[in-house]
Amino acid sequence: MATPSLPAEAPLATGQSGANDVIAFEDVSIAFEDKAVLEGISFRLPRGETKALFGVAGSGKSTVLKLALGLLKPDSGRIRVLGQDISGMSEEELFELRSKVGIVFQESALFDSLTVRENVAFRLTEEGDISEDEIEKRVREALSFVELKHTVDLYPAELSGGMRRRVAIARAIITQPEVLLYDSPTGGLDPVTSTTIVELLVKQRDVSKTSSLLVTHRLQDAFIMATHYFDRQTNQMQLLPKGARGEVPMSFLILRDGKILFDGDAHQLAQTRDEYIREYIS
Amino acid sequence: MAEDDFLTIELVSPLEFAKKKIASLQEYSLLAAQSVANLFRRPLYVADTVQQADLIGFGSLPIVLASVFFTGAALALNSATTLSRFGAETVVGQLVSVGIVRELGPVLAGLVVAGRNASGMASELGSMIVTEQIDAMRALGTDPTKKLVTPRVVATVVMLFFLTILGDFMGLLGGSFVASLLLGLDSHEYWSNAWQTLVYSDVFMGLSKPLVFGFIVATVGCYYGLSTKGGTQGVGRSTTEAVVAAMILIIVVDVFVTRFLMVVLGS
Repeated sequence: MATPSLPAEAPLATGQSGANDVIAFEDVSIAFEDKAVLEGISFRLPRGETKALFGVAGSGKSTVLKLALGLLKPDSGRIRVLGQDISGMSEEELFELRSKVGIVFQESALFDSLTVRENVAFRLTEEGDISEDEIEKRVREALSFVELKHTVDLYPAELSGGMRRRVAIARAIITQPEVLLYDSPTGGLDPVTSTTIVELLVKQRDVSKTSSLLVTHRLQDAFIMATHYFDRQTNQMQLLPKGARGEVPMSFLILRDGKILFDGDAHQLAQTRDEYIREYIS
Repeated sequence: MAEDDFLTIELVSPLEFAKKKIASLQEYSLLAAQSVANLFRRPLYVADTVQQADLIGFGSLPIVLASVFFTGAALALNSATTLSRFGAETVVGQLVSVGIVRELGPVLAGLVVAGRNASGMASELGSMIVTEQIDAMRALGTDPTKKLVTPRVVATVVMLFFLTILGDFMGLLGGSFVASLLLGLDSHEYWSNAWQTLVYSDVFMGLSKPLVFGFIVATVGCYYGLSTKGGTQGVGRSTTEAVVAAMILIIVVDVFVTRFLMVVLGS
């Protein structure tokens, strides 16, 4: 699929920190074995917005998601998720917060010894106080959303790469989280399957209005998301009319060498004169 | 990868090396302590523990029984050779009994279970690390030490205890076969010697050791699995290191546990 051109809409108000942010990074740095991965990055994800995070391999994109979920601790700086400072939280305290955040990992990270049903139901089963009938109902709902109801008794090894990503999306959305984190959901997939996955992301964004942070190295995924909306009547992704803005705001963040090179909306991205970005998006 | 990379040896200062080893020891101690502390925190994952007990206990049963059986037989043969010089072949049962119950039964069962299960745990958890399944588990609000480590520790400790009891019996049986079939000794005399020579401290020592060894096997296997770095190659490395570390630890700790129990039990 050809990369859609960026919509030249009016700029969003970005950059000001507020109580409405679901995720806020303040001067966050982290290094692995003396190699700096992120150096003093600050950005925010306002409630209801989808932010696409770009960068070449090794630029620290996945690290941002792991930091946002408390899977990694920053060396310095503060990270606020859903209004709580998670930088100093214990693992036990983080478990409570993580129930409000869903994540789709780069290679799906499905539990290979569990069936699709058990994978999708994992969080509900672990909570322990939900009836089997309720779990089954919600598993079927989540799998219907990703159109994989028929795979309920299969194991991850029996699924294709694209199907595994869709199961991972079902697992992430089953508890209807307030924030969704996607780590390269289309990485390593063929163009047709990638479009199916992007369509699911658009559907999730427009139906549930969940705030999302999407890490990708494929610009076209984010551009499709910025230029399309999900039509509930046809149950399909449709191109937005020229000049129209989607129901859910979309912004872009570009990382380079552990620093933020760009943070703004599609309009600002289209207007940028930075040579690296121009080359990146061309 | 350039050809030169294969020849590159990373030089680490002794201080840096010592720091890394101490940090590893600290991480291992924390994991081991946490695996015990988890027993007092909900949920308890009983089904996972039973599943692990089945894998570890019944899976290891044939090899533990075979190892101790043939060791008992070899012990009877060797001790008979020495005892015949003093005309005391009839006490073979006593030697086999004490040797197997106090020392060889628990150590052999521990080593066999370490070889089979420390590697299994390290490779399973290591694979989960490199495929981000452990991160996924944490992201889904589940503590991996509670769900994965504690059930393995409990299952290994409990099953190694029972495996040792069965192994001890098989060791004595191996000795009995040699005594009656090769040495021409009276089977009844062998068993009554073997039974009567055992005292409380022998049995207590023999059945205390598998509890310690089981804890070592499971915590070492899980520690190496959870510290895996570097993809599939890292999984292989962790698996090997887990088996080596668990076996060496069992042999070294055995000496200290034996001495400690001798002092405590006065034997």
